[in-house]
This record gives sequence, structure tokens and C-alpha cells, in this order.
Amino acid sequence: MSTQDTAASTTSGGLRGAFSDYVDRIRGGNLGSLPAVLGLVVLVVLFTVLEGQTFFSAFNFANLMSQAAMIIVLAMGLVFVLLLGEIDLSAGFAAGTSAAILGVTLTQNGWPLILSLIACLGTGLAIGLFIGLLVARLGIPSFVVTLAMFLALQGLMLLIIGEGGTIGIEDEFVIAVQNRNLTPIAGWILFLVVLVGYALFSGLRLRRRIAENLTHEAVSVWIFKVATLAVLGGIGTFLLNQERSRRPDITSIQGVPYIIPLILILLIGLTFVLARTGFGRHIYAVGGNAEAARRAGISVSRIKIACFMICSTLAAVAGILFASRDNSISPTTGGSTTLLFAVGAAVIGGTSLFGGRGKISDAVLGGLVVGVIANGLPLITSQAGIQFIVTGLVLLVAASVDALSRKKSTT
Amino acid sequence: MPQESKANPLLSLRGIRKSFGAVEVLRGVDLNVYSGKVTALVGDNGAGKSTLIKGIAGIYPFDGGDYVFEGESVQISDPRAANDLGIEVVYQDLALCDNLDVVHNMFLGREEKRGLILNEDDMERRARETLDGLSVRTLKSVRQQVSSLSGGQRQTVAIARAVLWNSKLVILDEPTAALGVAQTAQVLSLVRRLADAGLAVILISHNMVDVMEVADNIAALYLGQMAAQVEASDVSHGEVVELITAGRSGELGIQPKNGEGAA
Repeated sequence: MSTQDTAASTTSGGLRGAFSDYVDRIRGGNLGSLPAVLGLVVLVVLFTVLEGQTFFSAFNFANLMSQAAMIIVLAMGLVFVLLLGEIDLSAGFAAGTSAAILGVTLTQNGWPLILSLIACLGTGLAIGLFIGLLVARLGIPSFVVTLAMFLALQGLMLLIIGEGGTIGIEDEFVIAVQNRNLTPIAGWILFLVVLVGYALFSGLRLRRRIAENLTHEAVSVWIFKVATLAVLGGIGTFLLNQERSRRPDITSIQGVPYIIPLILILLIGLTFVLARTGFGRHIYAVGGNAEAARRAGISVSRIKIACFMICSTLAAVAGILFASRDNSISPTTGGSTTLLFAVGAAVIGGTSLFGGRGKISDAVLGGLVVGVIANGLPLITSQAGIQFIVTGLVLLVAASVDALSRKKSTT
Repeated sequence: MPQESKANPLLSLRGIRKSFGAVEVLRGVDLNVYSGKVTALVGDNGAGKSTLIKGIAGIYPFDGGDYVFEGESVQISDPRAANDLGIEVVYQDLALCDNLDVVHNMFLGREEKRGLILNEDDMERRARETLDGLSVRTLKSVRQQVSSLSGGQRQTVAIARAVLWNSKLVILDEPTAALGVAQTAQVLSLVRRLADAGLAVILISHNMVDVMEVADNIAALYLGQMAAQVEASDVSHGEVVELITAGRSGELGIQPKNGEGAA
């Protein structure tokens, strides 16, 4: 009897039921990705109205993706740390330091690409291990550890780069990551693979859960999700496949940038880790109630160390993207507003600063919002002051929404 | 049936001692816990209830005395060992993760997996079977986040988690302390059903009304000694209160000739 009841409550009502559930959740303080989606729509409309010519062009769309990519990857790593209720202020310079290692080994020492990449990612891993050990074993607040690392890594980077100040990158692979594109045909194939893959995977799961009378979303909700992905993905692929070279007669630039499949792989892989593995579940548990996790036999310190390692390693990946976009590494790589943007992206996307709530897709959504601001603002005002203030305010608004929703859900 | 279980307690403690530094918290405590019965463990603050419970659960070892489970003398060195015997504790703070749903909480730390991947289907099925087995009808969905549950529902989830693992002995630490009248009644009837399903239950409570309502057996601790363990039907509310506050009540309890008990 109650088996029927518990199963029925999430299936009845189809789309309308799902919508009213969603409204209930939002009323209950769980805003999820709503602020980010709304923010994205408002910002795109705003910039298009104010500076449509430049902002809403095919060239800028691709440019925005490559700008946002670095923020997104950095924010993905921060999601792991934020889920624990911790912070990593040094992620930006972890990216810079790892990129510096890549540049020095590749350009100055002439290492083979694969070795340089391993050294770069290994640097990130080591930084994360160091931070994690200090936080989890010694119990120093992550804020202090990573603030110290913020400074120390900046210094380390200066030493690695040396007197020259800038290291150029000439390796074709590294440059291709942010500067080359899939052919239009390959772009459409990618779109189809992702769409069909998503529809198939989620559809089969849904069918199995319906057949076995387990809780599941309504079929109409599934159709809605697949349709949304089809429409948005289709529009995106179409726009990116437009000719965006200023002189098409000399060089043709079109197609989905390589960075998009890279982000998709990270999104799918990391989401799988968080949502489908025991390790991911334990991360949420530690962030929600560390004492309960400890009593349930979960090694809290091991989870913490692992999360800091993932964060810094993803920062190293972001470092490769920086190097690729700038074709060089300088002492400012990963500095300035980088970290602030990444933390902002995760929080705007819906990841809580208090731990226990967040998804990898938050980093993508929030990264797009931050990317749009960083890309669009310079088009309407050349004053750096205004740009800083607006970005700071956006982060504050996101943090306020987070704090308010937490307050609402605990009272 | 009661006679049979009476003859063989599931858990039997004999002469349990435990000191913290110079403070002797437990001074030769005896306790019998029977399958299918609710044993209320009562006593004033500082009587040693928590120490006794934590020792049973393996949080720390007893200094002396016999720990006999299912007729065999055992050494419990850590909480895992207690779990392996079928002993589960529901602590007063419940130890639930608010950000996870009911199923996730019930399987926390002991998730079922298929290879690397969590086996959500089996976990959900087993969680629902357990809740249905306890006739729990107060939960809307097993996929609800714990943050959206009431105090009584949380207690229910914590208790259901404890019985999920084919446990034989469930220890409940003040399960009704934070609940209102209706929810207290719900939780107490759940406690009753646990015992009726054949589990041994130890209920720690300060609330004499709850104890008299649901317990089969009352064990009163007084300053680190077991004042008396009696059938609930044999004693009155007043006698239990006397056992708790003075260590004796007429014929029952620690008699003055013991010397130490007469404080």
C-alpha cells in the first residue's frame, strides 16, 4: 500500500506536477539553477539591446565560449571543495603555476608534449595534496591555508618563469585547445551523439524505474528535457558553425571550438563521479554533516584531501586553457580576477558556500553568466572601475541568494 | 515465547566497570536485554547511561566485566565490531545528513554498489521494504530530502536505518526528547513494533510517561550501579522515580548494607 503511495507521489501530474513540485522547492528555499538561468537570459538580452552589433555576433559567441571555458573548468574544481564547505583561494595561481611548469618544460627544456602535460597536471595534483593534508590532517582552516598558498604559489610561479617574464607556447596541440575548431560536420555529429546519448541513457533508466515501480520523473518531464537539449544544442551548434572570420576569403573560421567537447567530457565525467559513485555520495555527506559521515564509517579526512586534489588538478587543466588562449604564460596568468570569477561562477550556478549543495553543471551555467558579464561589459563601458564593481556586485548577489535560501530551508 | 527469551537474554552484561581517570563511572553493572522486549534504561544525569551505551556500541572498551552476546562472551573493540554483531545505535542527534534523501541516509557509509556505480534501484527497494515492514506511513516519498522532514519523521528514518542491517539489538538514545505529543506517540508505537518484530530494544529516556507506556523491562542506574532491573508491570511510576533518585525503593534497589549505595 505505502509502496504505491511513495512511488506515486513523484510521478503523478506529469509536467504540471513537476512544475508545482519545482515551485514548492523554490518556495522552500532551494533555488537550484533558477537564478543563473534567469541571469543569463537577462544579461544576454541586455547586452544585445545595448551593444547588439558586437555582442550578438557569431565571432563573439565563439570568443565568449573560450573566455568562459577557463572559468568553467576552474569552477568545476571549486565545486568539489565548496561541497565540503571549504574554500580554495589558491586555485587561480595553482592554474598559473601548473601552466608555468607546462611552459618551461615544453618551450625552454624541449620536453615531449605528453611529459609536459603530465608534469603540469602532476603539479596541480601535488598542490592539492599539500593543501588537503594541511586542512584535513592538521585542521587548519582552508581559508588560511589557501590564502597562504595564494601568495606562495604566486611567488613560486615568478621563480619558475624567471627573469624573462613571459614564456611563449608554440606547441600546436596546446594552441589548438582554445584556438581550433571541429569541422561543421563534426560539430553536428558531436551534437547528435550527445543528444541521442543523453536521450538513450536517461530514457532507458526511466523505463527501467517505471517497470520496477521505483520513484521516477514523469515521462513528459523527460521529453521536455530532451527537447530543451535538442533546441539549445542545435542553436548553439548552428551559430558556431557560421563563418566568423573577418576576411573569409583569406582564412575561414567556423565550427564548434575544441574546447566545447572538452568541457562536455569534464561535465559528464565529473557529474558521474558526484552523482553515481560512493565517493561522490560521501562528498555530499561530509559537506552536509561531517560528524554523521564520520560515524557512518566514512573517512572524512580522506574525502577532504581527495577533493582538494581534484580542485587543484582541474585548476591545472584550466592553466592549460590559459596558456592556449594567450599562446603564452606570464606572471599574471591565473591572477587578478580569475579566482573571484570562478568562485562566483560556482555560487551563481547554485553551489552553496556552506557546503553540501552543488553540481558540476552549476559551474557550467555560472561560468557562462560570468563569461557573459566579462565579455559584454567591456563592450558597453571602457571603464575598468565599473566592470570591477558590477562583477563584485554580481558575486555578492549570488552569495546573498545562497545565504537566504539556506536560512529559509533551515527554519 | 517470553519465558524462552527470558531464559536466554540476547545481551547480558555482568559486573561491567569503566573509569575515566580517577572517576569510576560504572561500578559493576549487570544488565540483561531480551529479544522481542523493550528494555528502558533510566537514571539521573551522571548515572552512567551514556557510558554504558557507548561501551555496548564499541565506542570505547569496558575496563572489566563480561560482555555476553547470544550466549557467547565477546570483545567489542570498535563500532564496526558492534555493527557486525547486529548492534545499532540511534544517537540523540540522529546523525542524518540534511542534504541527502531518505534512501541515501539509510545507506550512508554502507552503500550498495554494482562495480563502481551506486545501485540506487536496490537501495530504494530495500529502504522501502524496511519502512513498509515497520508500517511507516508518515513519509511522502523515500526520495525526499531529510531537510524537509519533521522531527518525528527524522527519528523514524534514523530508526529505520538502524533496523535495515538485520540488526538484533537497537539502542535508542532519548528518541522522544525533542518531539511534540503526536510525534512522540508515533515514535513510541514504532519502538513497540520493533520489539514486536523480534528485535531487542534498549530505550534511554528521561520521560517516565514514555517509559511506563512502552517498556517491558526497566533498568535503573544509580551512581554507576544497577539499582534494579525489573518488569515494568511489577513497579509503579513512583517506585521507578525512587530507584532513579535514591537508588532504592522499599525492597527493591541497592540496600544500605552494601554501604556504597546509601548516599
